[in-house]
Amino acid sequence: MPTKYTDDMLQQIPDATGHFGEFGGRFVSETLMPSLLQLEEQYNTLKHDPEFQEEFYRDLADYVGRPSPLYFAERLTDKVGGAKIYLKREDLNHTGAHKVNNTIGQALLAKHLGKPRIIAETGAGQHGVATATVAARLGLECTVFMGAEDVQRQAQNVYRMKLLGATVVPVESGTRTLKDAMNEAMRDWVTNVDNTFYIIGTVAGPHPYPMLVRDFQTVIGKEAKQQCLDKEGRLPDALVACVGGGSNAIGLFYPFIGDDSVKMYGVEAAGHGLESGEHAAPLCAGEPGVLHGNRTYLMSDNNGQISATHSVSAGLDYPGVGPEHSWLKDEGRAEYVAITDDEALDAFRTLTRVEGIIPALESSHAIAYGMKLAKQMDKDQIIIVNLSGRGDKDMHTIAEIDGITV
Amino acid sequence: MSRIKAVMSQLKSDGKSALIPYITGGDPVPGLTVELMHELVNAGADIIELGIPFSDPMADGPVIQLACERALEHNVSLDDILSMVSGFRETNTSTPVVLMGYLNPIVKMGYGLFASKAAGAGVDGVLVVDLPPEEGHQLLVEMRNNNLDSVYLIAPTTTDDRIKAICDASSGYVYYVSVKGVTGSASLDVASVAAKLAVIRNKSDIPVGVGFGIKDAESAAAVAKVADGVIVGSVLVNTIASNIDNHAAIKAKMYNIVSSMRQAMDA
Ligand SMILES: Cc1ncc(COP(=O)(O)O)c(C=O)c1O
Repeated sequence: MPTKYTDDMLQQIPDATGHFGEFGGRFVSETLMPSLLQLEEQYNTLKHDPEFQEEFYRDLADYVGRPSPLYFAERLTDKVGGAKIYLKREDLNHTGAHKVNNTIGQALLAKHLGKPRIIAETGAGQHGVATATVAARLGLECTVFMGAEDVQRQAQNVYRMKLLGATVVPVESGTRTLKDAMNEAMRDWVTNVDNTFYIIGTVAGPHPYPMLVRDFQTVIGKEAKQQCLDKEGRLPDALVACVGGGSNAIGLFYPFIGDDSVKMYGVEAAGHGLESGEHAAPLCAGEPGVLHGNRTYLMSDNNGQISATHSVSAGLDYPGVGPEHSWLKDEGRAEYVAITDDEALDAFRTLTRVEGIIPALESSHAIAYGMKLAKQMDKDQIIIVNLSGRGDKDMHTIAEIDGITV
Repeated sequence: MSRIKAVMSQLKSDGKSALIPYITGGDPVPGLTVELMHELVNAGADIIELGIPFSDPMADGPVIQLACERALEHNVSLDDILSMVSGFRETNTSTPVVLMGYLNPIVKMGYGLFASKAAGAGVDGVLVVDLPPEEGHQLLVEMRNNNLDSVYLIAPTTTDDRIKAICDASSGYVYYVSVKGVTGSASLDVASVAAKLAVIRNKSDIPVGVGFGIKDAESAAAVAKVADGVIVGSVLVNTIASNIDNHAAIKAKMYNIVSSMRQAMDA
């Protein structure tokens, strides 16, 4: 049976008003609407501009170091004793995570729109660092909003951003994590909309952000597909990626949506366990609602107040998720699962010891589920796990858990 | 005719501008809100904007963020806000009440249920900050079915072609956000407000309320000269923040601010 997800169909996702089925859209205060419409128009032009695309791919090659390898994790595969596990090595990118693919793209947009000032929100600090990096490279002024709790647990990234010349603003309101950083970035943007470009770090926010961040991140999946064909002569059986807002996951999944044989698993943070209520798993345990400019699965209480979330990894500690994932979930095209803090920490240690690769705590969630999944599959089957970032930034957190002061 | 429309046309024929104070429902405690609403009317308010507290008030500055936090400490829900309006209606059936808030609590209740409960409670209009008309159709239908007015925002950045669409979706009044920024931030510039109002009036007859950046009697009077309504929020909410436990002082200070604005506007 031919796939339902033809290129023609996927062209309509999102539709002209930014909707992925019943999700997505543009739920913002009026002040931002004209800027979003302008950004959409500009992006739709540049998307088809060969020069823009060439510049983007040149930067990805020469500055980021792409393509990132697709690495066969042989010892991990042997240890698990199931499907072959490949790792897509986004941890080897300049600045240490997939985030930079997107900031390169959006900084080019900012340049084309002539905006001299850039703002961003960040959780783990990876997106903040990736934004500060491209801002330094283009000589743009840069302010990064970061929840005060995250400023503490990701102190090293805060320092990196400052070295790169960015101003880091700790956000004390609300739960003092990623969602509050995003609120504050929106507040800044509303105030300085004339001269400021907001580089959103994931496939969330109002249209056109979920679409354009996805487009920039699909380089991950395009490469992985070709690399898998080159190495194995066929497509993988399953893809696994962690989901905070969902940008590394959609980047890997997107080029495979029309390949019905390829299963897709998005891994959310189960924190202390889904039943504890202390987690960050809106797709597994939330309901549709509206936050930060789009309609999507959310964690909120009976009164519609956004819930506090918990995850050991700051980058997954977010109560919403990109609207395209909500669509993929309801379509049944992707499956969403959750991994607890403890399981992620175990996977972190396993990968470090077995493969000599120290993964980010976010990515460790994907590793943990990838190992579970591989065990249930045959030895001749293939899984690609997106290793979205490296764990250098998490040394402090891990050491603290181990009771060590570094 | 809706209560808002009636008030607006009466004021127009009197040559006056509407005074529209905002407070967040449940701030500082749920029990005080109805009393404060009556006090605002006594001081000269024509319409009351009652804020629905939200955990993530993205378009608000620190003053209203803290008001939301204070209300949410008491778990004030959308149902509680509607009860406050019912309580207000026990003795006041003439002053329009417009709810102002963010979409998610309304999504959670369900558009249809919200609109019918709001109408039942005596609400007159609703302004949802993060709901531009492009996304507002479903709620708008429910609002109209329940004879409720929908107030949409126009901003300094709003392009001319959008102004007409926003005015057409709105009823009662449109809310012109006078500054680029969050609530309670900069001071407004009356000349640029007047220029934008001229553009709006060129496209629609709907009354225009102006909010953001009105801080005292002087700015209220200046805006009243050019606008159909003067919306005041953060300066009132601030009186709560600085007198949390002294309810008598909150009432007295709010009364003084609003009545001095009223006098200056009518002078
Ligand atoms: C290494 C890494 N992976 C994943 C994420 C989560 O973001 P997303 O779900 O958008 O990929 C982050 C966010 O900070 C990150 O730093």
